[in-house]
Amino acid sequence: MPENIFKVNEEEYMLPGNRACQGCGLSLAYRYALKALREDTILTIPASCLTVLHGLYPTTSVTIPCLNCTFASTAASAAGLVAGLTATGKTNTTVVAFAGDGGTYDIGIQALSGAAERGTDFIFVCYDNEGYMNTGTQRSSATPMGALTTTTPILTKEQNKKDMLKIMEAHDIAYIATTSPAYPLDLYDKFVKAKRIRGTRYMQIHVPCPPGWGYPPRDTVKIARLAIETGVFVLFEVENGKFRFTGRSKSLAEKGNRLPLINYIERQDRFKKMSVEQLSRFQKFIDNKWHEYIKKAEA
Amino acid sequence: MEKRDKNISAMSTPAIGEAGKTGDWRDMKPVIDHSKCIPSVKKRAACYLCWLYCPEGVIKTGIPVEIDMDYCKGCGVCAEECPAKAITMINEGDDNG
Ligand SMILES: Cc1ncc(C[n+]2csc(CCOP(=O)(O)OP(=O)(O)O)c2C)c(N)n1
Ligand code: SF4
Ligand code: SF4
Ligand code: SF4
Ligand SMILES: [Mg+2]
Repeated sequence: MPENIFKVNEEEYMLPGNRACQGCGLSLAYRYALKALREDTILTIPASCLTVLHGLYPTTSVTIPCLNCTFASTAASAAGLVAGLTATGKTNTTVVAFAGDGGTYDIGIQALSGAAERGTDFIFVCYDNEGYMNTGTQRSSATPMGALTTTTPILTKEQNKKDMLKIMEAHDIAYIATTSPAYPLDLYDKFVKAKRIRGTRYMQIHVPCPPGWGYPPRDTVKIARLAIETGVFVLFEVENGKFRFTGRSKSLAEKGNRLPLINYIERQDRFKKMSVEQLSRFQKFIDNKWHEYIKKAEA
Repeated sequence: MEKRDKNISAMSTPAIGEAGKTGDWRDMKPVIDHSKCIPSVKKRAACYLCWLYCPEGVIKTGIPVEIDMDYCKGCGVCAEECPAKAITMINEGDDNG
């Protein structure tokens, strides 16, 4: 048993009976992100599955104050909140923007880049379910190659996933961390740490989505874990420009025993039309990224 | 909750069951065999991986472990992740309950 399970904040800020699907990877991750962020936090959230989880006016399933912002303005609204809190002397409140991959990689990138360049004192979280899930699984620039979506229904997505983490690294911000609901305690610890750091912090969570990815809800943790085991998603932190592997990815880097990509692909219907050629291109894509990370860790 | 700000026109109030009794969504439900469940067997706080991984936060740690069936959505993650195979998913209605 992980002993530090008893150190986790017992309070639940995401209440039961919310609108997230059965086995939603986002709701599992969100439970722990909120436990770590706890009181003295204000959220700003654009249209996404997360707004659905938050509920319909006049009721909400989340006990932390939250502003609903427009899609393109997430990081700008966070910057406004920071300015307002500073002006009123409430410097103990952490501003947290929480957006989907569509709201980060695509629609929110301009405001995010601006806020990061200004060093705005806030946390930007991208929960990445690799598509526009709330509106029915359209492709985003975070969708991996070979995936079926409702806007790539025949040839599957032909382009590789955009490397948002590299884009954020190029902004030289205070803290970057990647997390997964397969490792809730690692996720919790990184959010606790992010809350303590000042300046722009960027967190990315890889959240499996049963209806969008095409697997049974009971497999959410398994799929999230397989993403790590195969190196599709890598756990790391970048602090003051210094990269380091963390958690399970650290031991995979040390032992060099990543699983082949097929172990992850074969469990999801979204990849059922993937060609052999695409599979090997995807494998090569992951291997190249992995070697880039190894080099960074050694630097 | 803190007091309302009269300048805010649309402010929601937090409540459990915002989407109703989500237990109604289930077609299968988790049943714990306490003779296999680690905390019950060891008679001390242990394991609780079902609590850790439940996406809804409806599992209560303790001896015995309990699930709030009013809101459990029946995803089956707890049954998949239980290291002692103490949780079985059964069809709703199959236990005459
Ligand atoms: C300006 C604007 N364009 C489009 C929409 C419709 N819309 C609402 S949620 C959503 C999908 C968001 O995708 P993502 O950010 O990845 O979050 P997810 O739903 O996957 O959690 C879209 C396109 C909108 N609300 N506002
Ligand atoms: S569509 Fe996917 S991400 Fe959205 S609530 Fe359902 S499971 Fe979660
Ligand atoms: S995961 Fe299984 S063994 Fe562990 S506490 Fe839960 S039911 Fe008991
Ligand atoms: S079936 Fe899903 S919602 Fe119900 S207790 Fe298990 S993990 Fe939680
Ligand atoms: Mg998305």
